[in-house]
Amino acid sequence: MQDIGAQVREHAGSGLRTGVTTLEVQGLCKRYGTQEVVRGVDLRISAGECFGLLGPNGAGKTTTLKLCLGLTDPDAGSVRLLGHEVPREARAARAQVGVVPQFDSLDPDFTVAENLLVFGRYFGLDDSRLRQRIPQLLEFAGLTGRAEARMAALSGGMKRRLALARALVNEPQALFMDEPTTGLDPQARHLIWERLRRLIQEGRTLVLTTHFMEEAERLCTRVAIMDRGRIIASDSPRAMIAKHIEPQVVEVHGPGFEAWMERARSLAPRVERAGETVFCYAADVEAVLADLRGRSDLVYLHRPANLEDVFLKLTGRDLRD
Amino acid sequence: MQRARLFAPPRISTRLGAVWRRNFLVWRKLALPSILGNLADPLIMLFGLGYGLGAVVGEIAGTTYFAFLAAGFVATSTMYAATFEALFSAFSRMHVQRTWEAIVNAPMTLEDVLAGEWFWAATKALAAGLCMIAVISVFGYAHYPLALAAIPVLVLTGLAFAALGLAVNGIASGYDFFSYYLTLVLTPMMMLSGVFFPVEQMPAAIQAIAAVLPLHHSVQLVRPLLSGEWPATPWLNLAVLAGYAAAGFYLATVVTRRRLLT
Repeated sequence: MQDIGAQVREHAGSGLRTGVTTLEVQGLCKRYGTQEVVRGVDLRISAGECFGLLGPNGAGKTTTLKLCLGLTDPDAGSVRLLGHEVPREARAARAQVGVVPQFDSLDPDFTVAENLLVFGRYFGLDDSRLRQRIPQLLEFAGLTGRAEARMAALSGGMKRRLALARALVNEPQALFMDEPTTGLDPQARHLIWERLRRLIQEGRTLVLTTHFMEEAERLCTRVAIMDRGRIIASDSPRAMIAKHIEPQVVEVHGPGFEAWMERARSLAPRVERAGETVFCYAADVEAVLADLRGRSDLVYLHRPANLEDVFLKLTGRDLRD
Repeated sequence: MQRARLFAPPRISTRLGAVWRRNFLVWRKLALPSILGNLADPLIMLFGLGYGLGAVVGEIAGTTYFAFLAAGFVATSTMYAATFEALFSAFSRMHVQRTWEAIVNAPMTLEDVLAGEWFWAATKALAAGLCMIAVISVFGYAHYPLALAAIPVLVLTGLAFAALGLAVNGIASGYDFFSYYLTLVLTPMMMLSGVFFPVEQMPAAIQAIAAVLPLHHSVQLVRPLLSGEWPATPWLNLAVLAGYAAAGFYLATVVTRRRLLT
């Protein structure tokens, strides 16, 4: 999307500055009936950051995004988005923001190009300008040559890329994405990640929710883990792992795992059981590995600790649906 | 959402035009079946009842039964066109396709979306009413130039029923919910509004009910205007229709806010 990149640089003086706060949230609370969905969230996201909001289902991620965009009113707290007070000046704030919603809300009656044209009109952009921009957006979305295609003819990955292109129709300074790669196959997911990296390089601010830890680790400069309406930890993915968890993990399962688990407690500082699997966390797992070598009743996997381990440690292994 | 914001008057911007244009673009792709649907059903009824029943009834209120019925059907077609658009089509866009959800991610308010839908449904209603007028004009049942004065009445009729439809849409749990409104509200209203027979022959209690029905006031305007006469109480009729349009849209705004913003 070279041309859009050029336009962005052109506007760099006016909008895309780094070091400036894009989003500032203080003491945000939201109740639905008697249920407190968001319970005192504070956030500060600088321009140019890629910020990941992680959390199990029902943690309050989507509601937090909606509150930041002024799509629902908070019961307490304040939001400042791109210098505008939300929800009071939400319209002005959203004029400079792109949103990729969790569920595809593309217009099934329209072609790919019409979807972009019609959405651009909601920003008050005139048709001639939009028609000029559509080829660039299609190129960015990898949909060149599909301008006239109908929604039914697009794959899940193509639809998500079109939703991303639609969110860029107004040249936004910041993008909000709610689970941008949920339901996509690995090829489609990697293509989305590659496009998001381009947007980060162009200096745009990205705020995304996800429960794919791998996605957060790859893309985000900073993540926050949210649970039961609160942010319980926030840092860069690497610092988060270093701070909360031992760097090495050995996962063990097999018929003899229950008896072996007792031995494991003397070999690793932290041993956890989840169903039929034992997780050993340690800075040095050589003793664990030495004990496992040659055992035919146990299968094991040795890997470095990742953000998912931190996530499960902080939010627990219980199901959340 | 605080009560004050829930009940605040709707704040509408000119961006609502983008919503109207969106719906127009979809309609353009399906225009032919849509126009046929708007026309065929009422015309079959009109010609069937107008000539069939008209042969038995003869003259009614000083005109042929066909002319009497034709004027009623112009108002009724307008009512149904506005209603169906504000119920089924708007519900698809609000609930099934999540179109409204996508639009409010842009710098649009829910009121912009609602108002765009409102004017769009009224536009379709006007088109349906005009189609009916065109057909009965061919058969010589519209007297010009006064018949042209029926056009603003159709606009107001469309706005009134589109607003009421959007209010029902705002509280609907699914498509089935609309049957309540259609069979329990609109069908009886059609019977009591002087579409098929004059209300003046009915008992006083029924006449009192008819006096508050928006369709009755629409018929009271459309029928004389089409036959080249000035209506008896034009300002009262217009005020009732305008009242239903304004109150209906405010109600639609409140129930839709409650549904989508809280």
